[in-house]
Order: sequence, then structure tokens, then C-alpha cells
Amino acid sequence: MNKRIYYGLYGLIVILLVLPFVVPNNFYLDLAVRMAINAIIVIGLNLLIGFAGQISLGHAGFLGIGAYASAVLPMHFGWHPVTAMLTGALASALLAALVAKPIFKLKGHYLAMATLGLGIIINIALRNEAQWTGGPDGMPVLPMALFGFEIGSDRQWYWVVAALLVLTVWGSLNLIDSPFGRALRALHGSEVASQVVGVNVARYKVSIFVLSAFSASIMGSISAHYIGFISPNFADFFHSIELVTMVVIGGMASVYGSIVGAVLLTALPQALATFEGWETVAFGAILMLCMIFMPRGLVPTLAARFSKGDDK
Amino acid sequence: MLAEFLQFLFSGITVGATYALAALGFTLIYNASHVINFAQGEFIMLGGMLAVLFAQMGLPLPAVLLLAVLVPAVVGVLVEKLAIEPVKGAETVTLIIITIGASLVIRGLIQVWLGKNTFSLPAFSGDEPIHVLGATLLPQSLWVLGITALVVVALWYFFNRTLQGKAMLATSVNRLAAELVGINTSWVLFMSFAMSAALGALGGILITPITMTSYDVGIMLGLKGFVAAVVGGLGNGLGAVVGGLLVGILEAMGAGYISSAYKDAIPFVLILLILFFMPRGLFGGKSTDRV
Amino acid sequence: MSLLEVKDLSIHFGGVKAVQNVSFSIDSGIVYSVIGPNGAGKTTLFNLITGVYTPTSGEIRLDGEIIQGKSPDELARRGMARTFQNLQICMNMSAIENVMVGAHLRLDRNLFKAMLRLPALKRRDEALREEAAGLMEFVGLGEYVGARADAMSYGALKRLEIARALAMKPRLIFLDEPAAGLNPKETQEVDHLVRKVADSGITVVLVEHDMKMVMNLSDRILVLDYGRKLAEGTGQEVRGNPDVIAAYLGTHA
Ligand SMILES: Nc1ncnc2c1ncn2[C@@H]1O[C@H](COP(=O)(O)OP(=O)(O)OP(=O)(O)O)[C@@H](O)[C@H]1O
Ligand SMILES: [Mg+2]
Repeated sequence: MNKRIYYGLYGLIVILLVLPFVVPNNFYLDLAVRMAINAIIVIGLNLLIGFAGQISLGHAGFLGIGAYASAVLPMHFGWHPVTAMLTGALASALLAALVAKPIFKLKGHYLAMATLGLGIIINIALRNEAQWTGGPDGMPVLPMALFGFEIGSDRQWYWVVAALLVLTVWGSLNLIDSPFGRALRALHGSEVASQVVGVNVARYKVSIFVLSAFSASIMGSISAHYIGFISPNFADFFHSIELVTMVVIGGMASVYGSIVGAVLLTALPQALATFEGWETVAFGAILMLCMIFMPRGLVPTLAARFSKGDDK
Repeated sequence: MLAEFLQFLFSGITVGATYALAALGFTLIYNASHVINFAQGEFIMLGGMLAVLFAQMGLPLPAVLLLAVLVPAVVGVLVEKLAIEPVKGAETVTLIIITIGASLVIRGLIQVWLGKNTFSLPAFSGDEPIHVLGATLLPQSLWVLGITALVVVALWYFFNRTLQGKAMLATSVNRLAAELVGINTSWVLFMSFAMSAALGALGGILITPITMTSYDVGIMLGLKGFVAAVVGGLGNGLGAVVGGLLVGILEAMGAGYISSAYKDAIPFVLILLILFFMPRGLFGGKSTDRV
Repeated sequence: MSLLEVKDLSIHFGGVKAVQNVSFSIDSGIVYSVIGPNGAGKTTLFNLITGVYTPTSGEIRLDGEIIQGKSPDELARRGMARTFQNLQICMNMSAIENVMVGAHLRLDRNLFKAMLRLPALKRRDEALREEAAGLMEFVGLGEYVGARADAMSYGALKRLEIARALAMKPRLIFLDEPAAGLNPKETQEVDHLVRKVADSGITVVLVEHDMKMVMNLSDRILVLDYGRKLAEGTGQEVRGNPDVIAAYLGTHA
């Protein structure tokens, strides 16, 4: 039915293809790479928050696991970066499954609490295991190499991340409009209704949580290689909240909304750089105002306004 | 051996009392509105920071105490009126995000206003330690425990013996029925936020002479208060107090006997274990969601 | 052997004994109604049988096999479907998707195949969409095939729940007050709809306050009052039962 939903994907591909040739300098290319990385993480998180109606306040913890797997394993143990990245992602997925299994039998607040606790524990471990992680100061990350090629320049990274973004959007759109995706949205809409039609609610919640943790971990690894340096702040509570803010402002249950949210909030710190210290206030105010006045987020709200215009 | 154990126990119940006050705050609001107020920790921070500010202005201790409890209470009410009321009946996720937003705003404003430094507050009655069986006890710890005990008794009296308190309890059991018998449930919500912010702030003031304070202490303290509330079975007042003390003691023992670097992780490991094995907390009853 | 057998079933919520020692059995292929005053425990009984609540004591058998304590999704697998007295519609989805989700168990629910949009999966989904549109037609919602769930009237949503339940291709369907809040014309239509469902071979268990509809449709009737079984039998038997008359006229102690 809804073939139109894929039009956005074609638009995105066009933008991504053109962008590197129109940006004035490397500063903007770097910004674009970081926006795309965040967009991929946020889409994964939105599958959990917006579509399944569950919350994770510890997602930066999974980013951290991926990032540090990619930093520590090649540096201290001589692992290949790709093996390290996959190991980190599997570890994240396993941890997510382990924690989620008992928690998802419970309701909203408990999951918020458990994910938050998990994130904090991961962060504390990263800060304390200084012999491996460099402690609070962080550590450098060796470059990523694929089939003997080293991915080094911003431009190379741009193409890698852009391709991943397109794949993520495509996969997510497919997922949402499938039996799995319908079950996921149904358990959000009415848990009991989805149960009585046969949806094993706990299993779906766990699956989507694991998937979003896996994706976050991979992107954590890629961030680490891209920046070439990693510190525990990357995995802290505030970063988790930033990611949730991106989901919320762009629009819960909107894949394109996640991209918009990631783009806006990745640019925001640059815009606020002159107002030292006001960043926290700004994030907080955005979260509150969004939820009160535009609870569906930017993209769904605007889309609704446009389609209303069509009717008239 | 014993001295060491006692030492850990003393510091455990002292911080545990702060967690208990914060947990009571969570419980109050949860019962009134089924909202988990993620900004609760910021009231602890506000209490401590404002006490420092007022003390530096040279106000006498009773005035410092009063103001540093009242101002956060007003902030609590503002949060309720401006951010919670407008979205009555929203999803859990929405409410969690709103209260997190409120906490960021409060923390950010304090950071901009008072800076990122760590502040301390003079102890209420000197720093001369008291010796008990080889362990030392700060007089401030007695203040913390004494005032917490008073507050718990006062709350018990309020909820069990006064009409207002009973009205609040009734609302938490069945909001609609409470409205039908003429209870002003919006007043109940207002009171819950005011009281819960005041409780948090009080805990923050009392503990500051021992642990010091800064703009960012609220996150951890609040989260641990939340852990305490969940340990005690969300919504259960007695459970919140026991949970608070338990979290404090376990944290101190863990820091002393296992690893002080992982002190902050202990409550969260505890909460994960509790959620795995006793999902309704130590004191929570069973309930069936109505369909 | 009966399709469904309930023996000494009870559930207590704190002090409230919502269902107490209720026993009955339902044969395959009939329309079985449960009636009783407000708060009698009818919905609670449905919740117990469909696995939403776990009984305090007692036994429930489906095809002779014990099922109490099993989760709702497991019971769905065994052919049980239901609707809700208080609407349980997924307002975050379109009307037709609400029906499609009813077919959940008949589809390939693999996550990875879904993400790759495998053609086989896609074709199956297209076919399902047709089928769901057909079901909406069947329950009289043809005009809403392209609608959003949150744009539909109460009466239409009640029928959407029936369509969703039918999409499960169940053997046994529980309808909790399908005509509540509907106008006489709509009630008439639901009456016919239930008849059609029963004629298609599905065993129907019905809770309904509209006595005309109950008497018209039911093969057997169970009367509950204060959580207890007051009477059971055919429409004729129940109507003549003095306890039932007393309960409905309010002279009951
Ligand atoms: N989850 C629950 N927790 C506590 N009490 C409950 C619960 N579910 C039902 N009850 C109580 O059980 C009793 C029976 O309720 P039930 O909804 O089954 O009645 P009913 O026969 O369906 O009434 P109606 O005709 O009004 O729908 C009522 O007193 C109700 O308050
Ligand atoms: Mg009912």
C-alpha cells in the first residue's frame, strides 16, 4: 500500500550523493559524518522507543562497549578491527538480551531503571579499568582497515557511513511494514490486544532491544575509529539522554524523524558554542517543550499538517 | 574488625538516610500520579547548593534550612504545574522524558548560575568526632539520622492521622473514587510535588557537610533514591525508608570490603538483581492490571 | 468431550471475590452466553479463560487439556480469540493493520527476512491485506478499509475488534458486550454478524446485556451474580428460574 513512504529514501540517497560535492570545507563534511552516525543510532533507538513503546536510558553504554572493543582489542591484543567490532556488537547484543529477558516482563519504569543502571555500570567500569581503557582520560583508537585498505580520510568515512545510513533506513522501513513490525507496533498500541492475537510480547521487546543495542555498538565502533580517540564521556548518561532527545524531537515512530532529530541536535552544540554552559538547559527545555506542545515530534506533526492541506 | 565494620555501617546509614528521603519523595509522587519523577535528584542538589549559598550570605542556620527547603519545594510545584499537569494521562515514556527534561533545566541553570565548583557547608554542630567502640561518628551523622527519623514519624502521622494525609492516600489507591467523594486531586498532586521536593532538598542539605556538593550531584543521588524506592517496592513508604538504608549500607560495605572504585555501581547491580529475582521489590504486593 | 470445561474456577483481588467456584462446559459449535448484572464477574471470567488473569484456584480445560496459567499468546495458538469490553484497538496503526495483526500467528515473523523485504514475505503480506479487507467487508466496515483507526467511531471500532479476532481463524471466539453503546440499528447488525460467525463453524461465547439479542442467539446461557453461578441452561430454562428473576429485579439479598 504505502509505497510513498519509500520516496523519502530516494530523496535521502540523492542528498547523500550530492552533499560531499557541495559542502564548502572539511568542517561540514565532518559534521555530516557525525550526523549520519547519530542518525543510524537514533533510528535503532526509535524502533525501540517510538515503535515498540519501550525506553532505554542507557544506550550510550552499548555505544561504549562497541567503541572500547574497537579501541582495546586491536591495541592491546592485536585483533583485526573488524573482528573487534563484531565481537563488541555481539557482546552488546548478548548483554542486552541477558538484561532484557527478565526486565521486559515488567512495565515502563522498571525498564528505564534497568537500562539506566546498566549504562552507569558500564561507564563506571570504563572509567575504572584504566590499565585497559586509559580511565577518565580515554585512549587513542587504531585506524579501521577493510580488505587491506585503511579507511582514513573524512571523505572515505563519509561514503561508508552514508551507505550504512541508506541500508539502515531501508531495513527499518521494511521492518516496520512487516509481520514483525506490526506485532511491535501492536504491542505498543495495546499490549493485551497483541497478546490475545498471539504475540509473544516479551520476545518481541527483547528482540528489538537486542537489535538496537547491536546497531548502537557497531556505530560506537565506527565512531571510535572515525574520531581516532575515545573517552568514557562517550558512554555516559548524558549521551544516552542526548540520543533519546533526538528520537523525541524528530518524532517517535518516524524513521525520517530520527534523521531530522540527529541532524538538528548534532548541529546544536555548534550553534550553542557561544553560550558556554547553556547546552544542558537547552536540551532539557527541548525535551520538555517537545513533549508538551509537540508530543509526536517534528516530522509526524509536519506530515500531518501537510496531508490535512491535501484534503482541502 | 568490629571497629571497621561499625565505621562502614555508620557511613552507610548516614548516606542511606539521604537515599531514604529521596525514595520517600519518589514514592509520594508515584502514588499521587504514577509518575516517576526523574528530577527528584535535582531537588537534593538544589537543597545542598542553596544551603551553601544562603550560609555564605551569612544567614543563621534555621533560616538557611527553611529557605533551602522552601525554594526547592516551590520549584517542585512549578515542575508539576508547568510540565506534568499539561500532559495528564500521557504514556510512561512521555512522562519519563518530561521529568528528565526538567532535571536538565534545573541542573543547567544552577551550573550557569553557581558554576561547576564543589562547595561545602559547615557542620551544624562542630566536627569533633564521637568515638564508638573504636569507630568514629561525625556529629553531623546524628543530625542526618535524627532529622530523618523525625521526618519519617511526621509523615507517618500525616498520612495516618490527618484528613489531608488520608485524602492523599485515598487518591493514590483510586483517583476517580477520591474525586467522587470530593477530594481535590489536583491539590493532592500539588502537595505531593511540594513535599517530595522538600524531602529531597532536606536530605541534600543534611548530607552536604559530610559529602560536599556541586551542580551535578543530583543525578547519582536521585538515581540511588530511585533504586531505594524500587528496592522497597515502588509506592510503599516503609519500603522506601528500609530500601534507602539498605542501599546506603550495602554501598558503604561494598566500598569498604570490595572496591571503593565501584562504590557507585553497587546500587545498580543491586537493582538489577532485585528486578531479576524479586520484580516487585522487597515489600511490593501483587496486583493485576485491569483490562 | 466438551470443547471447553471450567471447574470450580475462582479468582480473588484482595478481598474482592470476582469469580467464585464457577463450573460449566461448552460444546463445540454452539453459541454460549454469559449474562449477569454489572460487576457479576463476566469480563473477569473471560480474562481467566483467555489467560489474561491467572486463577486463584480451579481448572480450565480446552479439548480436555489443562490450560489455566498459560499465557494469552499460547492460548491464541490453540485457537482462542476474543474482543474486549473496553476497546483495545491499536490507535497507532491503520484500521486494516489492526485486522492484519490478527493473522500474526499465520505469518512468517522472521526479523531478518522482514528487514530484507524478501519477495515471498511481501507477497504473503499483500495477500493478507486482501484477506483483511474482505474481513472488514464481512463485519460491515467496507468503507473503512483505507481509514486510520483513530478516525473511526465507537461502533465501528467494536466491529473492527471482531474482524481482528476473525483474522486469527479461531475455533472459539469470546465476544465481550459487542453491542454495548450501539444504537438499535447497529445492534441489529451485530446480532446478524454474530449469527454469521456462528454459522461459519466458530464456537461463540457471548457476554451481552441486550437480552433480546442473547435470547435470540444463544443455545445455552450461564447466569452469574456476585461472582457465583446462579443458573445455567437453555434460554427457556434460565428465563423461568426464580433466582435469575430475583437477581435481575434486584430483590436479591
Ligand atoms: N484487575 C482487577 N483488580 C481488582 N478488581 C478487579 C479486577 N478486575 C475485576 N475486578 C473486580 O471484579 C468484579 C467483577 O468485575 P467484572 O468486570 O468481571 O464484571 P462484569 O460482570 O464484566 O461487569 P460489567 O457488566 O459491568 O462489565 C468487580 O467488582 C471488579 O471491580
Ligand atoms: Mg464486563
